[in-house]
Amino acid sequence: MLESIKKFASEFFVTGDPLIYGAMVSIGFTMIALVATLTYFKKWGWLWREWITTVDHKRIGIMYVIAALLMLFRGGVDALLMRTQLALPNMEFLTPEHYNQIFTTHGVIMILFMAMPLMFGLFNLVVPLQIGARDVAFPFLNSLSFWLFLMGAMLFNLSFVIGGSPDAGWLAYPPLSEKVFSPSVGQDFYNWGIQISGIGSLMTGINFIVTILKMRAPGMKLMKMPMFVWSVLASSVTIIFAFPILTVTLALLMLDRTFGAHFFTLDGGGNPMMYINLIWMWGHPEVYIVILPAFGIFSEIVSTFSKKKLFGYKSMVFALMTISITSFFTWAHHFFTMGTDANVIAFFAVTTMIIAIPTGVKVFNWLFTMFRGRITFQTPMLWTLGFIPCFVVGGLTGVMLSVAPADFQFHNSYFLIAHFHQVLIGGVAFGFFAGLYYWWPKVFGFTLNEKLGKWAFWTWNIGFYVCFMPQYFLGLDGMTRRTSTFGWDKGWYELNLTSTIGGFMMGLGFIFQVWQIAHSVRFMQKDTTGDPWNGRTLEWSIPSPAPEYNFAVIPQADEQDAWWEEKKRRAEGIVTVTEQPIEPIHMPGKSGIPFIKSVCWFVTGFGFIWGWYWMAIPGLIGIAACMLIHSFTYDNEYYIPAETVKHTEATLRGTM
Amino acid sequence: MANSLNHEMMNEHQHGHDGHHDQEELRQFGFWIFLMTDVILFSVLFATYIVLSGSTNGGPGTELFELNGIIISTFVLLTSSFTSGLAVLAMHQGKKNALINWLIVTALLGATFITLEVTEFMTLVHEGATIGTSAFWSAFFTLVGTHGLHVSIGLVWMVALMFQIKKYGINPVTIRKVNIVSLYWHFLDVVWIFVFTIVYLMGVM
Repeated sequence: MLESIKKFASEFFVTGDPLIYGAMVSIGFTMIALVATLTYFKKWGWLWREWITTVDHKRIGIMYVIAALLMLFRGGVDALLMRTQLALPNMEFLTPEHYNQIFTTHGVIMILFMAMPLMFGLFNLVVPLQIGARDVAFPFLNSLSFWLFLMGAMLFNLSFVIGGSPDAGWLAYPPLSEKVFSPSVGQDFYNWGIQISGIGSLMTGINFIVTILKMRAPGMKLMKMPMFVWSVLASSVTIIFAFPILTVTLALLMLDRTFGAHFFTLDGGGNPMMYINLIWMWGHPEVYIVILPAFGIFSEIVSTFSKKKLFGYKSMVFALMTISITSFFTWAHHFFTMGTDANVIAFFAVTTMIIAIPTGVKVFNWLFTMFRGRITFQTPMLWTLGFIPCFVVGGLTGVMLSVAPADFQFHNSYFLIAHFHQVLIGGVAFGFFAGLYYWWPKVFGFTLNEKLGKWAFWTWNIGFYVCFMPQYFLGLDGMTRRTSTFGWDKGWYELNLTSTIGGFMMGLGFIFQVWQIAHSVRFMQKDTTGDPWNGRTLEWSIPSPAPEYNFAVIPQADEQDAWWEEKKRRAEGIVTVTEQPIEPIHMPGKSGIPFIKSVCWFVTGFGFIWGWYWMAIPGLIGIAACMLIHSFTYDNEYYIPAETVKHTEATLRGTM
Repeated sequence: MANSLNHEMMNEHQHGHDGHHDQEELRQFGFWIFLMTDVILFSVLFATYIVLSGSTNGGPGTELFELNGIIISTFVLLTSSFTSGLAVLAMHQGKKNALINWLIVTALLGATFITLEVTEFMTLVHEGATIGTSAFWSAFFTLVGTHGLHVSIGLVWMVALMFQIKKYGINPVTIRKVNIVSLYWHFLDVVWIFVFTIVYLMGVM
């Protein structure tokens, strides 16, 4: 008996590594501290009522952002561990097995559990406000999307201390990810964690397409929408086409591993190459899914901080849509070297190069928007300005990689690592930071400290170049990706050490950001205007933080940059908007079902990962029960009385 | 209770554009988009099946298919699609009982289809074709099984809906739900036609 318990525990918990013991202890302490604090301040009820059961898009957005920043920390620590290992030749900081696990989880976490939720956070915080709506189309579904993402992410993160992390790379190519070569449960954590959060992402895509197409304020024609809304639409359309492919691909891999199917195995007639095709048919659009909203954010910021209308609005829209469609015709460039017909390679090389054109159009549009504008250099604008050169270099090296003969040299080298970090950090991360800085006052009602923000910006930015520029040269020198150590004779030492220093500088930048938030909360400077940047779009017309119902009266939006035009008219003394009476506002009711259902998914996933059907089957029954209960719920909605609305408006606008 | 609710919903329907939008219309539109994602899901499964259709690994292949049984289940499913149409028709005429009855007929036909499918799967397993036999059978069971899973979910949903119609009658919410279930059911029918053609007809040829 005791022996079998010992045997089970040694498989269940990851043992034998001081770093992991450290993680276990710190996770344990954090949990205890969290539970103790909540109990001491009697906050459990508050947590349940105000956050867990909320369907308010702004609160869901905030939770997405918090989760994403936590994941940025985890993924960042992974990165620093790897850079420490690579700082000097023959380092014995991480074992090769541990190194494999860390680069796998770093990739998955940064793309799926950091970039995606940060993006969805911004969708939620901004889109309804920008289109003059009171909520998203399906608030209940929105809450479900968030909780599914969080449960998926937690399941994936759990693998670090329970059962062992996946180690087959961030896209888990078979046959390496098959049972024969990855017998531990790590790969199953990968399948289930991503699958569960992927369903959430798909539903978010559907939700925002309907929201944008159906819930715009009166007068807001498609070609008058703010550019961020356009970028969200483009990204959401790409999501609904790409994510079902991921769902199927991971399901097939799961069937292979759990039920002995032969889709991608080397025996039984399976075809590993098919997995690689499928995963990149999702994976390549995925990088555009995360970059397109960043393009929208830059468009908003450039226009606001240059006090000029966005240059080339129509060409921007066209570029967004072109990128979102073309992204589906480039997947094979990820395996040029795997023995494809030359004509196929030529086709995919050309489609890949084509994407540079609309992207170039956008860069020029931003530059022309700034041209002769009255530019101010607050933090959101700084991140935008930092992005442009970074993305241009990243884009150019991308075109270099798309040239098939050259790719045979660069393939799987550090050149590639440098390229995609340059576009994903310089494009996506900088973009989402810019957006977060830009909309922060609208969401939280206070502005962030500019001085610390600038420190954060410069350490991040300089650290970025110090970290990744050397990697291009390491790649050209023949250092391959996923190398866990190297000898003195290779001559890679100086560049690797420089790169590691840069990595730590970026870590310092993150600390500045956390400090900045803490400092700004402590010395809160309330945003009383509701419009701290002198903004152009509708979200700046309401007080900060945006009230529960967003707009007391649904605005009319007849022009592009409706709020800017309105401010101009007001300055000229023209009154166009007649004071409309405030009516009771219809709101969707809170619900605990999304949370409970997601917990059931978590239980199901955990059960399947360990092959515990006694756990998985009740989980599945719980999911079905939640769906039925929701289906039978008919009147979960309420009205905010007009009096309350008037009172809230007066308080927020400081007239009371 | 049901009446006041009904009244409230009708009210909401009338002035649905003063700020909040017509929820039922939104949901129906959202469901169309969901179906598009389901089309992609099935497309990927079909593509997988086509790629792996020759990979029997020396084991049994399409010769195990019993076309007669499949034709019967195809007929059953197509009929159920027709009866679900009759249910929607009855709903538009305001005939609550006819609506429920047609839904019951549809669900019974759907259940028959599932029973036939399970029987087919059991026969195949008995003859030595399981999901682990070869890549071909993995793809077969996954594609056909995913369709079957969709049908089963539709069945549970339809039964739940019958109780709701019984309780709340025909109102904007139940109208939307019936419309969506029937849309879903027709969609599964279309997918089945592809399964029938690509898996069974082309397999036997």
